[in-house]
Amino acid sequence: MPDEKSPAETLLRILIVDQNVLRASILEDGLREAGYRKVTVLRDMQNLMRRIVDNDPDVIFIDLENPNRDVLEQMFQVSRCVQRPIAMFVDRSDADMIAAAVDAGVGAYVVDGLRKERVKSVLDTAVSRFNAFNKLREELDRAKAALEERKVVERAKGILMKERGLTEDAAYTLLRKAAMNESRRISEVAQSVVTAARLLK
Amino acid sequence: MTDSSIIVGFIPLLDCAPLVVAAEKGFAAEAAIDLTLVRETSWANIRDRIVVGHFDAAHMLGPMAVAATLGIGHLKVPMIAPYSLGLGGNAITVSTAVWEQMLSFGASVGAHPRQQGAALLQVVRARAQSNKSPLTFAMVYPFSCHNYELRYWLSAAGIHPDLDVRLIVLPPPLLVDALREGQIDGFCVGEPWNSMAVAVEVGCIVAPTTAIWRLSPEKVLGLRLAWAQRHPERLAALLRALYRASQWCEQAANHAELSRLLAQPQYVGAPASILLRGLSNQLSLTPGSEPVLIPNFYAAARQAATFPWTSHALWFYSQMVRWRQTDYSHEHLPAVRATYRPDLYRLALAPLAVDLPAKDSKVEGAPNGSPTIASPSGALEYGPDGFFDERIFDPDDVATYVASQEVVSA
Repeated sequence: MPDEKSPAETLLRILIVDQNVLRASILEDGLREAGYRKVTVLRDMQNLMRRIVDNDPDVIFIDLENPNRDVLEQMFQVSRCVQRPIAMFVDRSDADMIAAAVDAGVGAYVVDGLRKERVKSVLDTAVSRFNAFNKLREELDRAKAALEERKVVERAKGILMKERGLTEDAAYTLLRKAAMNESRRISEVAQSVVTAARLLK
Repeated sequence: MTDSSIIVGFIPLLDCAPLVVAAEKGFAAEAAIDLTLVRETSWANIRDRIVVGHFDAAHMLGPMAVAATLGIGHLKVPMIAPYSLGLGGNAITVSTAVWEQMLSFGASVGAHPRQQGAALLQVVRARAQSNKSPLTFAMVYPFSCHNYELRYWLSAAGIHPDLDVRLIVLPPPLLVDALREGQIDGFCVGEPWNSMAVAVEVGCIVAPTTAIWRLSPEKVLGLRLAWAQRHPERLAALLRALYRASQWCEQAANHAELSRLLAQPQYVGAPASILLRGLSNQLSLTPGSEPVLIPNFYAAARQAATFPWTSHALWFYSQMVRWRQTDYSHEHLPAVRATYRPDLYRLALAPLAVDLPAKDSKVEGAPNGSPTIASPSGALEYGPDGFFDERIFDPDDVATYVASQEVVSA
C-alpha cells in the first residue's frame, strides 16, 4: 500500500535495466502502484555507464537473461564509475532474499548502507512482478502451443476430408479414435497425418 | 531429481567441451550420471545460480571459485574446484587499426609478447601525446584468467592497465561487434571469439595467452563445498566421466566431430570451422592469413591439464592482491589453497588407475624445471612451462611474489 511508505521511501531512485519491454513495464507499473515515484527504465544498452551515472540510482534491477549483467557489475566494482558504492543484492547475509530474486529471474543491486527494511519492500515488489511476468509468459506459451495444436488438427482434418471423402465431423472422429487406440494426443496423431501427407506428395 | 542427476551451468565457450562430450558421447551415462547442461548468458548468473542451488556444478572461471570462497566481490560461499577443464585457449586480439599502428612500431605476426608489448606501448604513448582518448580493452569478468593475463602482459610492457588504457567488461558474444564498431580496441577472451574476430576481418591476434604463460590455467568445474560434501559419490562419478571426456577431446581424430558438436546452437553456437582452429591449435592470426600451428594453444587433457593444482589458486590470489581486488592476508592462504581439491580428483580417479602428479602444487612458470613430474608409474609429461617475462611463482612463498609485483605507468 502506498500510504504505508515513508516519504523518503517513495523517493528511492529505482533503475530498471531490461530489454524486454513487456516485463520492464510490468515491473515499472508495479513499483509505481506500490508508491515509488522515481522509477526509470533503461532498455537500450548503449552508454549504460553514462546513463547510470546520470540517474544515480539507489536501487538497480536487471533481468537475468541480460548478458550485460557482467558489464553492470564491473561498473560497481570500479568505484570511480559510480558516485556511491553499490552492493550486490540486499544484504550479504540474506540468502533467502537472494534466492527469491534469482528464482524470479531478477538481479538486484542497492547502494551500500541503504536500510534493509527499505530495500526489502522494493525487492519484494520486484520479485512478485517478475513472477507475475513469468506466469504471464507461461500462459502465453501455453496459448501459443494450443493454437499451434489446433492448426495441425485443422490441417489433418482437411487432408482426411480430401483424401478419404469424409465430412469434417467424421475426420475428427477418426483422428480421435486413432489417438485413443494408440494412447497418444490427438495433436500428435494429426501431426503424423500432416507429415505423412507431405512425404507422400 | 534423482540421486544420479547433476545440473551443470555453462557459458558458450570452447572449453565447455568436456562437459558437452560427457553428456553427448555417453561418458556421463557410463558413469551412471544423469547430466543436464544449462547454457547461461553471464558469469554473474553462473555465480548466483550455483549459490542458490539451481546448479549443482558449473563451468567456472578458476578465480571465481577462489573469490567466492573468500567472499570477495560478492557472497562468501565456500566453493571448490576439484577438476580443471583444460589449459590455455585464450588470446589477446586488437582491432586491425591498432594492429597497423603496432606494425609500424615493430610488432610482427606471431612475435614474442615482449616485442608486441613494446609496440603497443609506443601506440599508447603516441595517443597520449596527441591527446587522443586511451585505448579500451575488454575482458569477460573481473575474476578471470583473461583479466589477469591481459593485465600481466600490459604491465610487463610498461602499460598500466588502470591508468594508461581503459579496461572494461563485455560478454564474449558481444566482443567482435564492439571491436568492429570501435567501442573497444582489443580484448582478451577464450575461443572461438578471437578466431571469429580474425575470420570477419575486424581483429588480429597479438598473442595467444599461452605465449604469455605456457601452462596457463583456465576454467574449472566449480561446486559449492556443501554440495560436494553431501554427494561425494555423485561428484566422484562426474569427475570420472569428465576425465574420460577430456581424454576424448584431446584426441586429434575427434576434433572435427567435436567442433560440429560444439557448433550446435544449444552449446557454443559458432561455426564448426572456427571452433576447429582452437581445438587443433591451428590459428589464423590475421585476416586472410593461413593458419599456423600454435603449439600448446589449448590442452584439454595432455600435460596434466585436468589436474587442479593448488598453485593455480594461489597465483590467482596473488593477482587479486596485485590488482587491488583484495588486500593481502596470510590468513587467506589456507582458504585459497583449500578451494582447489586435488585430493578429491585423486580419490575419484583412483579406480581408473591413471597416471597422476605426485604433488598437489608446483612452482609455476619454471622453464628449466623438469618437463615431467613424478607420478606413480614413473613420470607424467607436463612441460615446458614459463611466463614470457621469465618470472616464476613459488606457491610456498606467495608473500614475496606479491611484494615483488611492480606496476609502472607509460
